[in-house]
Amino acid sequence: MNAGASGNGGGRAAAELHAELGGVTRVYPAVAGYRPVHALGPVDLDLRRGEFFSVVGPSGCGKSTLLEVLAGLQPPSEGKVSFEGKPVHGQVPEGVGVVFQEDASFPWLSVWDNAAFGLRRAGVDSAEIERRVGDALAFMGLKDFQRAYPAQLSGGMRQRVCIARTLVLQPRLILLDEPFGALDAQTRLLMGDEVLRLWRRTGATILLITHALDEAAMLSDRVGVMSARPGRFLDLVETKWPKERDSTIVSEAGFGEVTARLWHHLRGESLKALGQSGAAAAGGRAEA
Amino acid sequence: MSRIGWIRLAVLAALVALLETLVRTGIIPYKTMLPPSEMLTALVRLLAAGTATRDIVQTLTCVGAALVSSVVAGFGLGVAIHRFPRVRRALEPFFATYYAVPFFIFYPVLIAIFDLSLLPIILMGFAFAVIAMCIATINGLDRVPRVLGKVARMHRMREFETALRMKLPAAAPHLFTGLKLCVAYSFIGVIASEFILAPSGLGHAIAYAYNDFDNRTMYALMLFVMIVVVTLNMLLHGWEQRLLKRWHGR
Repeated sequence: MNAGASGNGGGRAAAELHAELGGVTRVYPAVAGYRPVHALGPVDLDLRRGEFFSVVGPSGCGKSTLLEVLAGLQPPSEGKVSFEGKPVHGQVPEGVGVVFQEDASFPWLSVWDNAAFGLRRAGVDSAEIERRVGDALAFMGLKDFQRAYPAQLSGGMRQRVCIARTLVLQPRLILLDEPFGALDAQTRLLMGDEVLRLWRRTGATILLITHALDEAAMLSDRVGVMSARPGRFLDLVETKWPKERDSTIVSEAGFGEVTARLWHHLRGESLKALGQSGAAAAGGRAEA
Repeated sequence: MSRIGWIRLAVLAALVALLETLVRTGIIPYKTMLPPSEMLTALVRLLAAGTATRDIVQTLTCVGAALVSSVVAGFGLGVAIHRFPRVRRALEPFFATYYAVPFFIFYPVLIAIFDLSLLPIILMGFAFAVIAMCIATINGLDRVPRVLGKVARMHRMREFETALRMKLPAAAPHLFTGLKLCVAYSFIGVIASEFILAPSGLGHAIAYAYNDFDNRTMYALMLFVMIVVVTLNMLLHGWEQRLLKRWHGR
C-alpha cells in the first residue's frame, strides 16, 4: 500500500509534499555466516508538509530502518528518497533533525552546552545561540537545569535535552525514533503533550516511530501500520483530530476506534513477527 | 577532606611512623635504610644544593618526551586499529604477550644504534607505555555508544571531527586508565634504562649512590621519584574521579 495515496490525502497538491519514499527497500547484506536480511519494503510514503505522521508495527519490522533511510543515515537498497524535492543520499539533509530512542545526550557537556552543540558547530553568533538555546530549554522545561550534566537528570529529561538539541537547529522535518520507549506510561503521555506543543509551535513535519498504539493514536494526523518483516504499509489511518489537541484526547470515543483499527492489523502481524523471531533463533544462521 | 581521606592519611602516617620507629630502634639496620624523616631532610638539602638538578631535569625531560609520544602514538594507533576489525583480530595475540617481553634486553641494541644519547632512554619509556595507551584507546572506543555515531552523522560531521569531538570525549574515562598507565610505564622505562647504562639521569644517580654506599643521596632521590610519581598519579586520579562523577553522577 502507498502510504501517501490512501485515505483523504490522496489528491493533495504536490506542493504540500515534504518528504517522499518511492519503492524503497532495504536489504542488509550477509555478514559473518548470516543470511542477508530483507528488513524493509518496498514502501512508498508521502509526508505532507506540517503533518504529524506515526509509524507503528511489530518489533523488528523495519520501522527504525525506514526512519534512517528517510534521514539519509543509511542508503536504500532500491527506490528513491527525497526531502523537499531533492534526493537524499549519503548524508542527513539540512533541515532534518533526528531524535533517537537511545540516550544520545553528551555526558561530558552540560545541558546548555548539549543544546548549543549544533549551533556552535555551525558558527552561529553567540547572541543568537543564547536566544535559541534559552528558548528551547525554556520550552522543554529545562531552564532550571541548564548547568546540570545529563547524569544528574532522569531518562525523560535527558530525552528532552536531545529534543532541545535538535530543536535549536530549527528542523523542518523532525524524525523521532521511539524517543519515549524507555519511559514509563505516564511520563510518555506527558512527553507526548510536549511533542504536540513543539509540533504546533515549530510547524515542522514530524515522523514518529513507535510501538505504542495509544501514543500513535493520540499524537498523529495519520498513522501508517507496518507489516512484519520485511516491513510494508498495510493500512493508513487518518485520525482527523483537531490541531489543538493533547493527551486528554484518550477519553474521546474516536480514540478507541482508531486504536482498535490499528490493533486489528497489528495483532496478526505481531504474531507473525513472534514466529519470525522464533525461526531466526532456531535456524536463522546460514548453513556453512 | 572527607572521612575516607582522613583514614587514608592516617594509614599513610602510621606506615611512615612504623618505618621511622623500626629504623630508630635498630630493628632495621641504619646502614640498610634511613628513617623517613632523614630521607626528607636529605632530599631538601640535595634540592637546595642543586647537585641533582641536572639529573632531575634530564629524567623528567625523558619521561615527558616518552609520555607525550606514547600517549599521542598509542591513541592514534588505537583509533586506527579500532577502525579495522581484521587488523585488530590479527594483532590481539601480540597485545596479549607484549608485556611478557623483557624490553631491557634491547637496550644495548638501542645504544649501538643511537649511541649514549637520550634517545634510547626515551625509546625505552615509549616502548613500555605506548601499547598500554593503545589498548586503553581501543577499549574506550568499544564503549562509545553507537548512537553517538548517528548523532555525528546527523550533524554532518566528517570522520576526523567525529573522532575529535564525539569519540574522544565519549571515550575519555577509559583513556584516563591508559594515561595513568603511561605515566607509570614512562617512569619505569626511563629510570630503569638510566639505571643500566646511562651516564646521567636520576636512575644513574641512584645506582651511583648505591654503588658508593651513599645511602643519604640514594634514599633522597628515591623519595623524590616516589613523590613525583605519586603526585602525578593522584592529580590524574582526582581529574578522573571528577570526570566519572560528571559522567555517571556519582
